[in-house]
Amino acid sequence: MSEPMIEVVNLTKRYAGHLAVANVSFTVGRGQIVGLLGPNGAGKSTILRILSCFLPATSGTVRVGGFDVFEQTDEVRRRIGYMPENNPLHVDMRVREYLKFRARLKGLSLAASRDRVSTVLEMCSLTEVDRRIIGQLSKGFRQRVGLADALVHEPELIILDEPTIGLDPNQLRSVRQLIKDLGRKHTILLSTHILPEVEATCSHVLILHQGRILASDATENLQRNIFQSGPAIAELTASTSTLQEFFAAQSEVETVDIVATDGDWKRVTLTGRDGHDLRPLIHQWACTQRWPLRELTHGRHTLEDVFVKITRTEKEE
Amino acid sequence: MRVYLTLLRRELASHFVSLTGYVIISVVLLLLGFSILDMLPKLNGDPTDTPITRIFYATVYFWMLMLLTTPIMTMRTFAQEKFTGTFETLMTTPVSDLEVVLAKFTGALIFFMVTWLPLGGYMMLLHQYTNQAATAFDYRTLLCTYLGIGLLGSVYVALGCFASALTRSQLIAAAVSYGMGITIFLLSLRSLVPIPMAGWQAKVFTYISLTEHLEDFSRGIIDTSNLVFYLSLTGMFLFLTLKVVESRRWK
Repeated sequence: MSEPMIEVVNLTKRYAGHLAVANVSFTVGRGQIVGLLGPNGAGKSTILRILSCFLPATSGTVRVGGFDVFEQTDEVRRRIGYMPENNPLHVDMRVREYLKFRARLKGLSLAASRDRVSTVLEMCSLTEVDRRIIGQLSKGFRQRVGLADALVHEPELIILDEPTIGLDPNQLRSVRQLIKDLGRKHTILLSTHILPEVEATCSHVLILHQGRILASDATENLQRNIFQSGPAIAELTASTSTLQEFFAAQSEVETVDIVATDGDWKRVTLTGRDGHDLRPLIHQWACTQRWPLRELTHGRHTLEDVFVKITRTEKEE
Repeated sequence: MRVYLTLLRRELASHFVSLTGYVIISVVLLLLGFSILDMLPKLNGDPTDTPITRIFYATVYFWMLMLLTTPIMTMRTFAQEKFTGTFETLMTTPVSDLEVVLAKFTGALIFFMVTWLPLGGYMMLLHQYTNQAATAFDYRTLLCTYLGIGLLGSVYVALGCFASALTRSQLIAAAVSYGMGITIFLLSLRSLVPIPMAGWQAKVFTYISLTEHLEDFSRGIIDTSNLVFYLSLTGMFLFLTLKVVESRRWK
């Protein structure tokens, strides 16, 4: 196997009096799309800034494409395309002008920069706004200008800090699609605090909390183990006491929560023991007990639940 | 070199394609105009063998322009990029810290020199109306004055870049460079320094006096000690700026 794109070993970053990243180690293989998932303040941006040579680490080693980010910054910076948080751009420049300026800074020749800029404008669907001033563009377009900048010099690794923050659903979809398309040719590391985002775009996930990595796995594994096993929700018609008694007697059910909605309908939220999916059972029970059933679904985990769940399993271990 | 030129072009664009740039140019134009109004009565009296540029240098406007405009020109250089975050996108491309500092410095210096161009026009105009044209005005004296303005300007521009590199706030950058710039200027005025002047102290203060050094230029004298003085001050401030930019990566 070729060497990994990113190799982080025992990385620690301490700001004056506060520990932002605590002894983190991970690797990212070539061609992966990796999501760095964590709440605000988890240390995501700090890690990305260290990877892009903007900040020094307090201790630990970080290598990108085999080069040390502290010792060989030029080699590293040539190989990465980095879009910082909030996507800062020169708002007084025009789109094509800005991308050309950035391409030249990143070492492309005049002719090469002209070609590449046209290519990335096309890729990011920016061709029709290439003469517009960046400050007058909508947020979605600006985000794509940032992405175009990150990939204008065909970097091996693209680092995106919260690439979809503040976008409306349509823009969100198009930016995610763009990231997925880019993932075919480049290695991508992106940070986000939105769970569905990693599920939609990333092949691997690193879950970060208070400067530590809580979990790191392929997205589908995490989905199976952690994300999917949310509570089952059913709407049934029966008296609250009947339901309460019945569910309390089932060994598969761990917790029950019943809320009356309109008419005789009750909204029942059930969690299964050991992450058991209760939905098929609920259907069975509704049939045998002759309870009318009008809805059966499962609640999605929020990031909060995932953290609670992971930290709880850690304690049990 | 390519990176430096790319950055320099961007810096020049940020000065010249902006409202602030033209506001500064207008203010300088206005003050230069006042200085000519100030000079005209002085030239109207008895014949004088003092060069016009020397007379201009003696008006209050020269120092007013030098001290008031440079902090406004340089306050944006680093502070604005740090504030908007583009400093991060800039420093994560393969550019060297030195290239960035030099490009920002030369960009601001070129803009500074452009704002002084009308002075040459005024001098030419005065030249037209003097009867002893050959002695009173010499284009070499004017060039020499420009050299002096450029050298003193680079001290103030470098100082402004240094102040701007220290902070994310343009306001603080301007305040710091006003404070430092005016202090250096006041140290040059012997009457304002509140310590007794004799022997070596007098020598030291004469040497660091910006005003003494510039006067020679306005008379048309290029003294290497003056050149060395201004260039070393500029070098010092650029070095400090570079260190501030590098300090981001100190452990």
